[in-house]
Amino acid sequence: MSSSQIEIQLIAIVVAAACALPGVFLVLRRVALLSDAISHSILLGIVLAFFIVEDLASPLLIVAAALTGVFTVFLVEMINRTRLVKEDAAIGLVFPVLFSIGVILISRYAGNVHLDIDSVLLGEIAFAPFNRMVIAGMDVGPKALWVMGGILIINIVLIILFFKEFKLVSFDSGLAAALGFSPTVITYLLMTQVSITAVGAFDAVGSILVVALMIAPPATAYILTDNMTRMIIYSALIGAVGAVSGYWIAHWLDVSIAGSMAGMSGVLFGLAFLLVPKRGLLAQMMRRRKQKREFKVVMLLIHLYNHEGLPEAKCECRKDHLTDHLSWSEEESRQVVEMTLRSGYASIDGELLLLTDRGRSTAKEAIINWTPRTQTT
Amino acid sequence: MESSGVNALEVRDLTVAYRDKPVLWDIDLTVPKGVLMAIIGPNGAGKTTLIRSVLSLLKPAAGQVRIFGKPYDDQRQSVGYVPQRGSVDWDFPTSVLDVVLMGRYGNLGWIKRPGMNDHQLAMDALKKVAMDEFTSRQISQLSGGQQQRVFLARALVQQASLYFMDEPFQGVDAKTERTIIALLKELRAAGKTVVVVHHDLQTVPDYFDWVTLLNVRCVTSGPVKEVFTEQNLRIAYGGRVAFKSEAIGSETNQVT
Amino acid sequence: MEFITSIFTDYTLRSVVFGSAILGIVSGALGSFAVLRRQSLLGDAISHTALPGVAIAFLLTGSRQPLWLLLGAALAGWMGTLIVMVVIGKSRIKQDSALGMVLAVLFGFGMVLMSYVQRTPEASKAGLDKFLFGQASTLMTEDIYIMGVLGSIALILMLLFWKEFKILSFDREFGTSMGFKMRLVDILLTTLLVIAIVIGLQTVGVVLMSAMVVAPAAAARQWTDRLGVMVLLAALFGALGGVSGAILSSMTHKLPTGPTAVLCISTIVIISLLFAPNRGLIYRQLSYLRRRRALAMNSVLLDLFELAQHHKRAEHPHPLNTLKSMSDRPERVERTLLELYDRGLVDKNTDGLWYLTSEGQSHAKKQLGEIGVMS
Repeated sequence: MSSSQIEIQLIAIVVAAACALPGVFLVLRRVALLSDAISHSILLGIVLAFFIVEDLASPLLIVAAALTGVFTVFLVEMINRTRLVKEDAAIGLVFPVLFSIGVILISRYAGNVHLDIDSVLLGEIAFAPFNRMVIAGMDVGPKALWVMGGILIINIVLIILFFKEFKLVSFDSGLAAALGFSPTVITYLLMTQVSITAVGAFDAVGSILVVALMIAPPATAYILTDNMTRMIIYSALIGAVGAVSGYWIAHWLDVSIAGSMAGMSGVLFGLAFLLVPKRGLLAQMMRRRKQKREFKVVMLLIHLYNHEGLPEAKCECRKDHLTDHLSWSEEESRQVVEMTLRSGYASIDGELLLLTDRGRSTAKEAIINWTPRTQTT
Repeated sequence: MESSGVNALEVRDLTVAYRDKPVLWDIDLTVPKGVLMAIIGPNGAGKTTLIRSVLSLLKPAAGQVRIFGKPYDDQRQSVGYVPQRGSVDWDFPTSVLDVVLMGRYGNLGWIKRPGMNDHQLAMDALKKVAMDEFTSRQISQLSGGQQQRVFLARALVQQASLYFMDEPFQGVDAKTERTIIALLKELRAAGKTVVVVHHDLQTVPDYFDWVTLLNVRCVTSGPVKEVFTEQNLRIAYGGRVAFKSEAIGSETNQVT
Repeated sequence: MEFITSIFTDYTLRSVVFGSAILGIVSGALGSFAVLRRQSLLGDAISHTALPGVAIAFLLTGSRQPLWLLLGAALAGWMGTLIVMVVIGKSRIKQDSALGMVLAVLFGFGMVLMSYVQRTPEASKAGLDKFLFGQASTLMTEDIYIMGVLGSIALILMLLFWKEFKILSFDREFGTSMGFKMRLVDILLTTLLVIAIVIGLQTVGVVLMSAMVVAPAAAARQWTDRLGVMVLLAALFGALGGVSGAILSSMTHKLPTGPTAVLCISTIVIISLLFAPNRGLIYRQLSYLRRRRALAMNSVLLDLFELAQHHKRAEHPHPLNTLKSMSDRPERVERTLLELYDRGLVDKNTDGLWYLTSEGQSHAKKQLGEIGVMS
């Protein structure tokens, strides 16, 4: 591996981790799309700042971006407050305007500078190693690494400092307000984080990937765990894995690196979505089918128990009677009976089903279980 | 069309499961034609679930439903439905008349638009619920009681023989409550059958002639005079019912 | 004047204007349903997922025929919607995260495919690139025809199934209980939305297409409470925004069509939010002020009346300060008195004292009568 390649991967990991941290709270607070909105609208801030300092490397750009990001959220909030438009529509109204102004400004006044929109949206991480950071005459590594590294540290520090506030506001902003924490302040703090992270990452990976990295790894982590601390750590790890694997795939297939990293985050989500035991889709489907089947077995046992020893037992406990009595299909009845027999709850005697002791006690237990407990009004 | 001996609603062995527990268990229910029936029970008893199962809005684990002797799919024209008020976004840009006309869509089928006849039916229904002055009112400007009456009118234009209503008296003003109950009695007088999920025990004997007590299982079902007893209520509500009545049993019943 | 004729004669301008008009009408109309069903940002997701669709279509067919590319975009957009629905339905992930993920990840796939495509010999980045930002100036008559036909089909279907879409959006369960297959209706409506978005991509581009879906509908809602009128207005606003954007951008140097159209339609939104009757913010503020003024006038009038009760003559005048001491907003009393004076309800005598005119007295009596307090 060349040093360039190593550097690129390092940058990718740092970017992924830096994005994952605020992303967790965006996902938990159900405002994930603000990351999309902000990462588009900060273009305007960057352009305006550029007009002032005429230097793409100036830190003023980061400040301007942060302000624009906060401004975006502020506008959305204001529109929400009028109650004339629904919340999701408000987001869809604000960011295109800001983004459009930014694009127009670029086209008209900055067309000859290397601030073309392609790179804003798509970034180009492959160029990152060529942009060095020079301190006191020494080359200390790619600039992107330093910038994003700094941002990552800021994000980590903020999260540690305000952990309980973030947690409270994410789950119950009413309670937070009652306890004296201002949800608004926390919200704007979070949005500032998002904006700074987005603008820092633009150069390397572009706004689309920022959105992918802020949402997909946290969403994946959300499927895996309930614990917020773990969710944060998992998100950063998953983001990093997606970034690195994305890089290698892009390298192998010779395609867009940022796109590949976004794609891999999605693939990882897909894998978790399908395969995670308990919460994954496959696990859920299998469990639900099993539950349904088991429920019907218990229904059958109760049915047998209720008719045991009674004169009509000869009729009610026949295997084929189930389709009439319970309105089950032939296939369903067959499967339920099979499962019942297999589990040893009943045995077959000619056409009749007879409860075993085990079956009887299961039926009795279920009746107690299913009967609603006395309720207070 | 319907033979006189057929019951309006027949439910056999209806069981609806959620995960591994039943929400409704082995429900047997017979509702004869022309009665005004309340379904009551504690929270979580499965009352709304029962209606939804009957209307094929969810799939039961077992059991059969017959409406006038036939499966629901064959009888959709005969059934009217008044869902809970909270199930809808009242900010939607539509007028009172418009909402009521929606009740005609079932009879119209795909693509066909409401015609003059449908408009007339809608106006008649609105008059019955005393909302005919509000036809072009935007629905977000209605009070809770007015919204309920609009829903009722919507069910009326379905011109059904069997009506299901989910908590129509919940949170409405006194005038609306009187309008609704008058309407229900009128329906009964016209030979229709009305099944109402009801939340207020006190008014059951005044408003309804049949009642079903539900708590996952069917505790009892039949004419109010016969089955609406302290004992049955105790079974359904688990013994903690404060109920004052002259209508049930003989002695004052302060059940604790 | 010349300019107006050139809209019809100049080939490029004509294409751009017509293309924008069609796009505006269709996305405005169908966007109304999306907005009402709280699926505003679904449009954003669908338009982003179009990118991989376009790339795959090109890779499979090797042709840059707009019809194939549109088909690819549409199918991909549909798949994106499906994935969103499945993720929401079968996991704890909520709608916003699902939309955002699908949007960004599939767009990423699109980027991967595009970068792959760039290396094949016949491909030229420009042809497929215009989907990203839209390049209305490259619209050809053929494109316009396709847009027109597809758009018309979408609109006709919308009209045909109007009542089904209405009940789907307002009370889906009721629709199901009546026997309509709401799931099919849902699929149909989503398909129409996908068509609306896909035909607009060439003009406005992926990033901004969602605005063309949301903004016209949001604006239209402020002006009316009826669905039909709303959809009509949304179509109108969409067309207005699109065409103004097209014309402005062709008149001005270096003004790309997409962003300009978005700014135009957003201006319409702002105007609607501020000035629409009943809902508009300015209107609300004015009616609030009007109410407050009426309240203040009433209160001072009745104060004067009450004071006059203590004297034999109802026209007995009183100084300003007395009235000020009776009011809980003394600083406004003087202004209110002037307003009452304008209406002939009070008058000032030569000593500068205020008294009720006969009209003022009857007005006051009426007010008290209404409140139910008779002197």
